[in-house]
Amino acid sequence: MTPHLPPHASLRWNPARGEWLLMMPEEVVVLNETAASVLALCDGRRGLAAIVSELETEYEGVEEAQVEELLRGLAGQRLVELR
Amino acid sequence: MTIPAPLGMLAELTHSCPLHCAYCSNPVELVAGTDELSTAGWVSVFAAAAALGVAQVHLSGGEPLRRRDLPELSAACRERGLYTNLITSGVGLTGERLAALAVDHVQLSVQDADPEGAARISATRTWRQKLAAARVVKERGLPLTVNVVLHRHNVDHVESLVALAERMGADRLELAHTQYYGWALRNRDWLLATAAQVRAADAVVRAAAARLAGRIELAYVSPDLHTGWPKPCMDGWGRRQLTVTPSGNVLPCPVADLLPDLTVENVRYRPLRAIWYESESFNRFRGTDWMREPCRSCPRRDVDLGGCRCQAYQFTGDAAVTDPACRYSPHRPLVEAVLGAAERSVGGPPGHRRR
Ligand SMILES: C[S@@+](CC[C@H](N)C(=O)[O-])C[C@H]1O[C@@H](n2cnc3c(N)ncnc32)[C@H](O)[C@@H]1O
Ligand code: SF4
Ligand code: SF4
Repeated sequence: MTPHLPPHASLRWNPARGEWLLMMPEEVVVLNETAASVLALCDGRRGLAAIVSELETEYEGVEEAQVEELLRGLAGQRLVELR
Repeated sequence: MTIPAPLGMLAELTHSCPLHCAYCSNPVELVAGTDELSTAGWVSVFAAAAALGVAQVHLSGGEPLRRRDLPELSAACRERGLYTNLITSGVGLTGERLAALAVDHVQLSVQDADPEGAARISATRTWRQKLAAARVVKERGLPLTVNVVLHRHNVDHVESLVALAERMGADRLELAHTQYYGWALRNRDWLLATAAQVRAADAVVRAAAARLAGRIELAYVSPDLHTGWPKPCMDGWGRRQLTVTPSGNVLPCPVADLLPDLTVENVRYRPLRAIWYESESFNRFRGTDWMREPCRSCPRRDVDLGGCRCQAYQFTGDAAVTDPACRYSPHRPLVEAVLGAAERSVGGPPGHRRR
């Protein structure tokens, strides 16, 4: 699995809102912190294992199965593409 | 209820436009050029919007390219981290012009699948300029949405419209049935499709969506009058979006100034933040407390929020009733009468918008 953002989507920090947003044509999605930190690593190069090990440098108790589940959920909402 | 910060702003930079679409939702009383906000006026609107939490600005109109200061205006958006979407007829969008703009996405309107049909609805000949505009957008590597407003005279061409969007290199295709405000309301009897036309178009869209999956994202806006299911107007009044008109009026939805008793606020006289959070107009239909029956006890109330307030007003004279597009509305017969007339005959020639 090598997740990447949908074409023409970009992740932006919005200082006025204090929130991470996924910007897409015609749509803005407000992300929670967990989703944002995972999506920030979905660059189409890192595989699942690489994403998990990056997350481990910042957070404690990261589980690969949980990250995968989160990614599948986000893919279901079309906020990330898995491949 | 805590009031959320807005996410999107529609900036109607000017009402001036080289086209004269009979379906245009702009008001029949268009704002004159002399009443438009200045460059500095718009720049401060963008700054205030960004400070309020707005993330995405739709630069629209009229035709936004008619503003010579569009490069400065788009740059002001980018400086403040706003994602900018240029909504354009494409007329005047040369490679040189686009290179000077700070935009993240372009939405290009197309009137029909062939030059004759397009000329008939817009009373102008702009076919080649639109093809050229699509080309320069793709050459710059920007995402392109092609937008088509559907009505009686082009709804049978959906298949060819999809092919045209493919030829243009669209990333998204929006096929949106006409919403009846402004010039479109005036021309409603000429624009309304028949039930059979809508059914046929629905089927073509379903097949096209399956065929395009993974290549072009197809967004289809069904005709609420025909389906009997109202649209969730603006995703909620004063919840996610605001509109600023060419003269600086600030509206909960692009056409809300048609409500005669709404106190319309203006950025020249009141800060955007105060307008969003405190004004009577933005609070009028926030949340669901304003709802009456049948909406109040309906399981769909959080899905469609009782439909469009402006359409409720246009049909009944009361903006607080259930949208008459709704199959459960006691005013639904008013809609049936309009649809019935469209089944029997097509209304007289359209009044094309001016300016
Ligand atoms: C008012 S136009 C202004 C921008 C530009 N002149 C254009 O037409 O693309 C903004 C958008 O609204 C769409 N539109 C106009 N009238 C409409 C109507 N009655 N119902 C639904 N969409 C409409 C246009 O196709 C366009 O995508
Ligand atoms: S819908 Fe047509 S007439 Fe209206 S602003 Fe756009 S291009 Fe101009
Ligand atoms: S009654 Fe109101 S809430 Fe129920 S479907 Fe109709 S408009 Fe929506």
